Amino acid sequence: MAKTLAEKVWDAHVVRKGDGEGANAQPDLLFIDLHLVHEVTSPQAFEGLRLAGRPLRRPDLTIATEDHNTPTLDIDKPIADLTSRTQIQTLRNNCAEFGVRLHSLGDAEQGIVHVVGPQLGLTQPGMTVVCGDSHTSTHGAFGALAMGIGTSEVEHVMATQTLSLKPFKTMAINVEGTLRPGVTAKDIILAVIAQIGTGGGQGYVLEYRGSAIRALSMEARMTICNMSIEAGARAGMVAPDETTYEYMKGRPHAPEGADWDAAVEYWNTLRTDDDATFDVQVDLDANTLEPFVTWGTNPGQGVSLSGSVPSPEDFGDENAKAAAERALQYMGLEAGTPMKDIRVDTVFLGSCTNSRMEDLRAAADIIRGRQKDPNIRMLVVPGSARVRLEAEAEGLDKVFKDFGAEWRFAGCSMCLGMNPDQLEVGERCASTSNRNFEGRQGKGGRTHLVSPVVAAATAVRGTLSSPSDLDPAPEPAVQPVETPSASHAA
Amino acid sequence: MEKFTKHTGVGVPLRQSNVDTDQIIPAVYLKRITRTGFEDALFSAWRKDPSFILNQEPYTTGSVLVAGPDFGTGSSREHAVWALKDYGFKAVLSSRFADIFRGNSGKQGLLAAQVAQDDIELIWKELENAPGTEVTVDLESKTVVCGPIVAPFEIDDYTRWRLLEGLDDIGLTLQHEADITAYEATRPSFKPKTLPARLS
Repeated sequence: MAKTLAEKVWDAHVVRKGDGEGANAQPDLLFIDLHLVHEVTSPQAFEGLRLAGRPLRRPDLTIATEDHNTPTLDIDKPIADLTSRTQIQTLRNNCAEFGVRLHSLGDAEQGIVHVVGPQLGLTQPGMTVVCGDSHTSTHGAFGALAMGIGTSEVEHVMATQTLSLKPFKTMAINVEGTLRPGVTAKDIILAVIAQIGTGGGQGYVLEYRGSAIRALSMEARMTICNMSIEAGARAGMVAPDETTYEYMKGRPHAPEGADWDAAVEYWNTLRTDDDATFDVQVDLDANTLEPFVTWGTNPGQGVSLSGSVPSPEDFGDENAKAAAERALQYMGLEAGTPMKDIRVDTVFLGSCTNSRMEDLRAAADIIRGRQKDPNIRMLVVPGSARVRLEAEAEGLDKVFKDFGAEWRFAGCSMCLGMNPDQLEVGERCASTSNRNFEGRQGKGGRTHLVSPVVAAATAVRGTLSSPSDLDPAPEPAVQPVETPSASHAA
Repeated sequence: MEKFTKHTGVGVPLRQSNVDTDQIIPAVYLKRITRTGFEDALFSAWRKDPSFILNQEPYTTGSVLVAGPDFGTGSSREHAVWALKDYGFKAVLSSRFADIFRGNSGKQGLLAAQVAQDDIELIWKELENAPGTEVTVDLESKTVVCGPIVAPFEIDDYTRWRLLEGLDDIGLTLQHEADITAYEATRPSFKPKTLPARLS
């Protein structure tokens, strides 16, 4: 029978089919290939194991890192916030007790759990990946079935290396065409969420398909899959291809030798069969897409950056109208205001959505040789200590520092208010993160979700801006060496 | 887990859609390492506003939350369910729940009952016209009763059975441990292991 990518991965992990048929079927028991752990959603799960006298079944399929609570300054000093420090220490104690590999603050592999997994080559096509964090959907970029789970399920995976799940429905997100300059993966996913809504993906695994997706790098695909959860989807996936294999090859935990060949042979089967059917199809035209930005307090409340703040009257549905009214009040915005007239206080470049090398490079390319708006505070937070090291090797830290941005240590940082990086009441932020919920970045903070290049352009101009709004950068002091023209070639 | 068959308690009309888990419990409360004691954290930002529904009598004693669509979106934090339970809620009614929230509720014995939006609107009106009206949520018959309103609700059969029986998930799964061991033996060698650690 023809199958979608999601169905193939699912079927390959069924330990035990649920009894019964159709609507009355019990859940399937699925094997979990990789369990990612962090300090926030694990303490109660470890405690549950301890109370029940159960071992952690597969420490060799489990890895932990510290990310949500960790400060991004002074990481060589004890964590100032005592409850954060206790939570981190609890993770360290639990990992030592149950034999779990942990990358702690200060370690070169420490960082946001969803940056660390792919970077180590632990995330691979066709795997099932879970973590007590909704942005686990990130790993779907490799053609893995990757899901966020709650703490009870974290404990369940620790004890059994399985999860009881009912099959999901499938939705194809077809993105055809070519992105224009300055338009990125972030704009694709924000536009998808605005189109299908924050509940549009509920009960579905999304598969991103089409020429625009195939043309994306792995890091860009991760950005898209990362925000699948913001459309309510349980997971998002992209079928693996040469781009995937190229990214994987040589990473510490990538297969080697004969294992690599066997893996590639298997990975090549991981695509939706031509005659398979999706429960729902959604189309998006990449050719006409513009940089996207949110105006409200959920990720579905977005518009093109060239557009204006909508009026509640624009929404037919009473609930959407009420939500828009409330959002405008919280955000301190007037309907009809051009988005590009909105002045921001802070620019945050970071989070599991956009904190990888490409994101940092793209933003650095925009700001190089330009001046930061003097009223803007800009935080640049690499997704992992490894990303920070690589960026420094390329001199990106210098570009950001020369511009006047703060160059921080790795972690979730200002994506969520669990560490010292927070917005003040009423402070407005252009953020490359994933959630613009009320208070998400700090109590009373106001968030506009944007791509890394829009974040960078905004830091230059002080108002929400796209790279195309910028004046040409001044000529570099030293002219680059001219490359010989073809006629001079030997 | 405690068995859930039927509950009757004061209904709280929360006329809002997209109540995300950052609103149910802000991240600052997630630093705790215990599984209980989160009642103070529930809707903590909104509760600072005296006009918020949970600051109004008689809703302070509410145990059935009646919310707008897309309840529990966003973060996977199970703390959202713990906070609702610790405050005293036994059931949440909404026309649409975020998947992870619904799953977490089922694990913790909080009933997430999916009620048609038209019925939610009727229940809201009833609760606002007669504050303090009790709502009965009957898991056996899958119905909600509020004053003259009798509405059906949906919940998947497996979760319903587990709630009615008060069954522990891990215990259920470990009955199939032999199947897990058999599956593990078939796992291909090219699939990665985290141990021993390989570093760049």
